[in-house]
Amino acid sequence: MAFYVVQFLTGLASAASLFLVASGLSIIFGVTRIVNFAHGAFYMIGAYIAFTLTERLSGAFGFWGSIVLAALAVALIGVIVEMVLLRRIYHAPELFQLLATFGLTLMVEDLVVLIWGPDDLVGRRAPGFKGAIDFFGQNIPSYDLFLIVLGPVVLGILWLLFQRTRWGVLVRAATQDRDMVAALGVNQKWLFTSVFAVGVFLAALGGALQIPRDAVHHAMDLRIIVEVFVVVVIGGLGSIVGAFVAAVLVSELNAFGILIFPKISIILVFLVMAVVLIVRPWGLFGKPEAAARKTPGLTVNPWRPLTSNERLASLAALVIAATLPLFAGNYALTVGSEIAIFVIFAVSLHFLMSVGGLASFGHAAYFGLGAYGIAFLAKMAGLPMIVCLLLGPLLGCLGAAVFGFFAVQLSGVYFAMLTLAFAQIVWSIAFQWVSVTGGDNGILGLWPSSWAASPSHFYWLALGVAALVTVALRAMVFSPFGYALRATRDSLLRSEAIGIDAKRIQWTAFVIAGTTAGIGGALFAYLKGSVFPDNLGISLSVDALVMVLLGGVETVSGAVIGAIVYKALNIWLVSQTDLSKLVLGGFIMLIVVVFPKGIVGMLEMLAQRRRKSSPPGSPLLAKPIESAE
Amino acid sequence: MKLTVQDLNSHYGPAHILFDIGFEVGEGEVLALLGRNGAGKSTTFRSIVGLVAQRSGRIMFEGKDVSAKPTHEIVREGLGYVPEERRIFTDLTVEENLEVGRQPKRPNAPHWTREKLFALFPNLGEMKNRPGGRMSGGEQQMLTIARTLMGNPSLVLLDEPSEGLSPKIVEQMVDAILTMKKEGVSIVVSEQNLHFARLISDRAYIIERGRICFGGTMAELDARPDIRDAHLSL
Repeated sequence: MAFYVVQFLTGLASAASLFLVASGLSIIFGVTRIVNFAHGAFYMIGAYIAFTLTERLSGAFGFWGSIVLAALAVALIGVIVEMVLLRRIYHAPELFQLLATFGLTLMVEDLVVLIWGPDDLVGRRAPGFKGAIDFFGQNIPSYDLFLIVLGPVVLGILWLLFQRTRWGVLVRAATQDRDMVAALGVNQKWLFTSVFAVGVFLAALGGALQIPRDAVHHAMDLRIIVEVFVVVVIGGLGSIVGAFVAAVLVSELNAFGILIFPKISIILVFLVMAVVLIVRPWGLFGKPEAAARKTPGLTVNPWRPLTSNERLASLAALVIAATLPLFAGNYALTVGSEIAIFVIFAVSLHFLMSVGGLASFGHAAYFGLGAYGIAFLAKMAGLPMIVCLLLGPLLGCLGAAVFGFFAVQLSGVYFAMLTLAFAQIVWSIAFQWVSVTGGDNGILGLWPSSWAASPSHFYWLALGVAALVTVALRAMVFSPFGYALRATRDSLLRSEAIGIDAKRIQWTAFVIAGTTAGIGGALFAYLKGSVFPDNLGISLSVDALVMVLLGGVETVSGAVIGAIVYKALNIWLVSQTDLSKLVLGGFIMLIVVVFPKGIVGMLEMLAQRRRKSSPPGSPLLAKPIESAE
Repeated sequence: MKLTVQDLNSHYGPAHILFDIGFEVGEGEVLALLGRNGAGKSTTFRSIVGLVAQRSGRIMFEGKDVSAKPTHEIVREGLGYVPEERRIFTDLTVEENLEVGRQPKRPNAPHWTREKLFALFPNLGEMKNRPGGRMSGGEQQMLTIARTLMGNPSLVLLDEPSEGLSPKIVEQMVDAILTMKKEGVSIVVSEQNLHFARLISDRAYIIERGRICFGGTMAELDARPDIRDAHLSL
């Protein structure tokens, strides 16, 4: 019995930091409508700075002072980020905001390694809370008890701040109607900045308070952000009480899940989240959001099928690409195959994102599942390659069917957070369930059959599949199903009003996209000869997003160009520098801020401008659009 | 002149909504902006306070050009705005709604306190702690006006204050507007209801399809039944 009580208390102690970070994310989202992906990064910097300060400053005041100082310093960094980066993108679609803050996260990951090194850092114990308390023969660290008390205290302080101060009243008002607050004479800019500072302060405090419990390392940002997303989805984005309750719930599920499913404890959290989403899609304490007002005219030029000239040009490009083995060496062919595979991956996400309006932040899950499907079939069942290629992607299809069913219940940022959480869950399973997946060691020795073994044959195979997939998905865009899907994207309510079963259409699109990604993953497994958990990791999901964005979300052909340019750039970059995340993160932020239309979007804009030199570009192209009355 | 609007043009995306709108408001005057649904009354107000991004023209308030200023700075100059859809903060109590509107005292404008506003709108005083979402339409309309007055404006843009209210509440609204006028607040009120407008206004402009097509005193408007019938549905 005592053991279970101690386990329960450990869960409560873990909840404290989780609550701090989640409440910060919730507050920022409430007012600015930005889901701050970099929240985990701020949490991590908080821990690193607190580590450095506690090493330098001695005594009890030194320790606690360091914790607070670290949180304040990170809040200051947050203010700079808000003023320099976020102020430029408040009017951008939410996907761009998520991506920009993700780019920031990538940069921070490389920066902390540059500054503090790659090794885990073990911090000092908290003065006055070094010992443990004996509870019927079980030890409870006294620092855990401190954290257990701290959680409700912070909740109380936040409650007072929001209920009893003018600032709190303004923030609550802005959460509901930002423009009206401005129309009453409140400077939104500073309100946003102060809210961001408070939110970041909470995240950094959460990180700083972890140092007596856990080592500080450079991957702690992704671990916390996924848990935090789960917490806010369960608790309801924008609700502080919800963040508290959900943080306790998730931490307890983790604490007891370890006892029930030691290998895959995260399954339990997933199940609870799934139940909550079915019963209350907006979370336990959240409010149902009014259907998001879609930006009218997001697609300025309605899509059209290719003209016969354009078809000929595409075919010519394909033929030229097919001649590569005639003059290129093996390395170039391998790179070419990889690019072709990533074209498949990118067009599958593009289909979901641009045609369906569903921006998945965890699309790599289905790519990776396809790869693991191959590994299971080839290694365990010993099936020949052609059978594996046909059946392997079905694992991606299955994953997309299960997760997609839940994900399409939500939209916008909730959808993005949920898909990310799902992908992370799949990753955890692949990583932790060593007896089946080989864990970090992956599954090795997957070689193509002899007919596809030579680099040129494999290249032709990958290129052919990529062309087929691209044509098939494009044809779908202009099919009745494609029209229905685009209708649900443009207006969910109106499409339902004309009899479209929107959820079903979106779910179908999700499954199609997941299966197609699985095809890419299956080829990838054969190309590399192995499968690793990284094949379904977050960074691969983001690669896909960047490819689509780089090409241009609003264009039909963007994904293909984006994949080719990005993958080639990426392969080159990794060979040139160790700081690829830093460069990549900066690159992502640059695209979002400077070229939000992507490469193809920009070319189309130029072409259009040349076609009709006057009027010089519709105002729609350049400016954020507001809704008409 | 309290407020001068010149050559105001506004767009929503590709749609041109307002065409060369111009009018003037005198010190302490109540001006009615009349027109049908969709004529451009609300857009005119939203453009004046800077809530429409794509607008051009000149807006002079108390001799200062405010056309390039952001919304909150225009409002802080003493130009209050009461939106049409009420837009009260439904999660906030009556008192908290008022708190959002509170701005420092202004030398050239009447100073409003909570007590003074509760005297003007007695209903509100009886429900200080009620969330805005649980008030009737008439009470919400009073709250939006009171909230804007908390900013001590010297001029208020009132967007269709009588819309959807019961005759009894409309009467209270007339009294409240006349009290505001007596205190020295200049008012521009947009209306479809000519009867209501006549009770409070000194002068009227008629707006139709984004253009001003009449301007004059209420007596002059009454002398032109042709214009009245052509542009106002009664």
